[in-house]
Amino acid sequence: MASPARPTAPPAAAPATPIRRSGPRPGRRQAWQVWALYVVGFVPAVWTFYLGATDQLGADPVKSFEHSLGLWALRFLILTLCVTPLREITGMSLIRYRRALGLLAFYYAAMHLSTYLILDQGLDIAAVVADVLKRLFITIGMAAFVMLIPLAVTSNGYFIRRLGRNWGRLHKLIYLAAAAGAVHFVMSVKSWPTEPLVYAGIVAVLLTYRLLRPLWRPKRRGSARQRSAGTPLAGQPRQV
Amino acid sequence: AAPLSAKPSAFKVDEKQTSLKDITTYNNFYEFGTDKGDPAAYAGSLTTRPWTVKVDGLVNKPGEFGIDDLLSSMPLEERVYRMRCVEAWSMVIPWIGFPLAELLNKVEPNGSAKYVAFETLQRPSEMPGQKGFLPVLDWPYVEGLRLDEAMHPLAILAVGLYGETLPNQNGAPIRLVVPWKYGFKGIKSIVRISLVDKQPPTSWNRQAANEYGFYANVNPEVDHPRWSQATERRIGESSFFGAGRHKTLPFNGYGDQVASLYSGMDLRVNY
Repeated sequence: MASPARPTAPPAAAPATPIRRSGPRPGRRQAWQVWALYVVGFVPAVWTFYLGATDQLGADPVKSFEHSLGLWALRFLILTLCVTPLREITGMSLIRYRRALGLLAFYYAAMHLSTYLILDQGLDIAAVVADVLKRLFITIGMAAFVMLIPLAVTSNGYFIRRLGRNWGRLHKLIYLAAAAGAVHFVMSVKSWPTEPLVYAGIVAVLLTYRLLRPLWRPKRRGSARQRSAGTPLAGQPRQV
Repeated sequence: AAPLSAKPSAFKVDEKQTSLKDITTYNNFYEFGTDKGDPAAYAGSLTTRPWTVKVDGLVNKPGEFGIDDLLSSMPLEERVYRMRCVEAWSMVIPWIGFPLAELLNKVEPNGSAKYVAFETLQRPSEMPGQKGFLPVLDWPYVEGLRLDEAMHPLAILAVGLYGETLPNQNGAPIRLVVPWKYGFKGIKSIVRISLVDKQPPTSWNRQAANEYGFYANVNPEVDHPRWSQATERRIGESSFFGAGRHKTLPFNGYGDQVASLYSGMDLRVNY
């Protein structure tokens, strides 16, 4: 059994890492790039908050802010799910950024939820509990967030080592979380406008890719071995 | 929008009026797109002259009414109404309009007329939302009222707001305002009004009957299946720091005037 991939450090033996811009050594430079991704990743939240706080976010600033944070959570989930197909199809490996992308999705989901709780509902806990229990789309959204919690908590090196092969199994939860996030978006709007359907379609394609991958995967055993964690089809026995 | 004079009226809620900017940039008018900003962005090209409203059906004197004739002949009043959207936000809007009953009386509904059906313009060349590959609604948009609701003095046809003619994104040149019902009943850019004997189809009811009823009276007791209707965000007040949630009032606060229209009806069934 291969050890799970460490999200920020691609295996040294990875066959194709053409994107490494300056030198093959992982290390400080790479960490700097990941930190840069965090900085860039938080720009939408900071900028949108600034617009809202200075009354430049339209007539319903709380709703706009809440919506924007949720949308970015879904976008980062999608980017996280893109890492593996991108590598398998094009050879471009962004796996060192995957943990940061996943955590950004979690942070945005947390901010989205906080905005709903504090700015939107004014901490009316009774109303929130009623919403979560009675409104299916809120139940589903909350479920997506709850699923992201263990993924965020175990995203560090300690838990990757500690959980071993179970780490990869646990992190398949991202598939369900992304599907729930997309459904939450579709169900939150009236009628069937295009935008939520486009996001749902992208998530569907990325999940279908995982479902269908066993059809061609055997040809790629060499590279598949390098990254058994986080990407395999749920329930597929891992072979090394 | 051209200046439009109107008499003040007693129908005036004493609450802070939503700003003209918010009223004209935060709209649901799916003929121009589903985003709240789409109507302000795309409705500018809508041609509102010439414009006629055809009033027909079970009436003695059907007719077509030119918009400018209506503006000059009808008793225009300013009505400051609460507007409660089914999406749980609200505004306070100074409409200019005239009672729908004034127009209906002109055509003399006959004894068999029981309902009033309304229809919006269908003109995809100027309404990009009607061109969509996956239409969000069946076009044209249609709405309806029971005849006694339509004849109620609170029900108006609005032709202006804030002292000027109606901006396109708010339903120019003439729209329905029924303040005790959710905003989607206020059909915009009306081209036809028909008196009928059966309950007419309504757009949102056709789209999702379990979510949007024919009556659509504002009711904090009856939740939308996907969200509570107990409270509302008052647009313009719900700033970032201190979300202004208001308790939603039965019939949007107009219960004293309209509750009797529904005596004996189960408003949970007839939502």
